[in-house]
Amino acid sequence: MTNSTIDIDILRYRPEQDNAPFVQTYRIPYDEEMSMLEALQYIKDEVDGTLSFRWSCRMAICGSCGMMIDGVPKLGCKAFLRDYYPNKIKLEPLANFPIERDLVVVMDDFITKLESIKPYIIPAEEKSLEQGEYIQTPEQMAKYKQFSMCINCGLCYAACPQYALNTEFTGPAALALLARYNRDSRDAGSAERMAIVNAEEGVWGCTFVGYCSKVCPKGVDPAAAIQLFKVESAKDYLIGMFKPE
Amino acid sequence: MSHQTSQPKRSHEPVFWGLFGAGGMLTAFLTPVMILITGILIPLGIIDSDALSYERVHGFATSWYGAAILLVLIALPLWHTLHRIFHGLHDIGVHRGRDWQQVICYGFAFAVSVFCFTLLIQML
Amino acid sequence: MQPHSSKRKPYQRELPVDWWLKHAFYTKYMIREGTSIAITIYSCILAWGLLRLSQGEQAWQGWLEALQHPIAILFHVLALGLALYHTITWFDLAPKAADIWLKGKKLEDKVIVMAHYVGFALATIAALIIITY
Ligand code: SF4
Ligand code: FES
Repeated sequence: MTNSTIDIDILRYRPEQDNAPFVQTYRIPYDEEMSMLEALQYIKDEVDGTLSFRWSCRMAICGSCGMMIDGVPKLGCKAFLRDYYPNKIKLEPLANFPIERDLVVVMDDFITKLESIKPYIIPAEEKSLEQGEYIQTPEQMAKYKQFSMCINCGLCYAACPQYALNTEFTGPAALALLARYNRDSRDAGSAERMAIVNAEEGVWGCTFVGYCSKVCPKGVDPAAAIQLFKVESAKDYLIGMFKPE
Repeated sequence: MSHQTSQPKRSHEPVFWGLFGAGGMLTAFLTPVMILITGILIPLGIIDSDALSYERVHGFATSWYGAAILLVLIALPLWHTLHRIFHGLHDIGVHRGRDWQQVICYGFAFAVSVFCFTLLIQML
Repeated sequence: MQPHSSKRKPYQRELPVDWWLKHAFYTKYMIREGTSIAITIYSCILAWGLLRLSQGEQAWQGWLEALQHPIAILFHVLALGLALYHTITWFDLAPKAADIWLKGKKLEDKVIVMAHYVGFALATIAALIIITY
């Protein structure tokens, strides 16, 4: 149709030869159907095969393609060139994570946090297979459903200044995931998980900036999960005063 | 279940957060109209300054319920604001001496509360 | 442990001190937190007024007159703006701290926010009536 092009600045970092990241500009043909991820794939296939980035599903399900697009954490496969054209676009690896290489970040801390909150159903009593499934009504499911939509993309950690200031903070997605299990009627692990919530690094590391919920591509509301947990934790504190362990 | 990682330590933040929340709620509902009255409408004479005449305010402040209301209106917002200032210091990168920052911030809210409390008791 | 031949060398970016100026969302957050400075000063003005009240009629009159100073008026206009900003942001976030379910459905955020504004209007009107009564 047209032969227009678009410029993309990419923050690059090649650990085997660079001491610090630097910006490299790529000019590619513009196509209004093209996602940021497809633009990167075009660059890798046609322009510069050394560029590294993560992706898998191309449909906002796997959570691998998070990156900073003009300073905002987004999924590369869910952002489109047309929303930036004709301006230059700046791509950087997700903020608040160490850079592994180019747009690839080290997510170990994030994964550890997710694992730390016991992200599995802890039933009141184990049932054998023959005893059948744990029954749940749609209303009971509604209580936790939105918190179960997380795809572990890490955008909310890149949006969180408290995590940036102190990585000890358990952080938005992990606390939302914690809410997902504590709010599940089949789960009886709330008391165990509350110990994590009650800590300084738990919900009390949060100052309610609220950007996490804004950037989440799946409509999860980590800020609400944390805020509700602050109320819970305050109640728990009061009870703890009268009933010391 | 026995993956006992070191048990996280319980934070005492709920105490301060409770006061922060109560003060924030009060501030959200009443501070604008309070500022409007004492800081703008009365000084500009839009509301007659008789509304805050000595007899009237003194009479109010020396009733037990008036004293209680004044204490809450003046002191509670400080537990809200100093909490924010304490956390704001961390946000803008003042990371040194967090313990002292905490003592000074909440100590300030405490001192002004005691100050108002003492004045009100004396007047009763 | 990495084998010694690893080329891994994760790069840690520094958070700039002025991070909150780099994005409008963060700047608004800082203004929200910053409203606390004006409200602190206002509470101190009131505490000072209480001191003057305890010192007798003349002292109280002096406090009222001091509030007529142009700088005092200017401060209070500014403080009113910031206090209103606090109110708006506080009400905006209020639904996040509410988990109210009616007949298996979560109470809508809009309803909670509106209820707050109604309360705010009533409180403001009540205060104005009481003071001018
Ligand atoms: S809560 Fe949302 S932004 Fe955070 S990791 Fe999950 S899907 Fe991503
Ligand atoms: S590629 Fe899977 S979420 Fe973007």
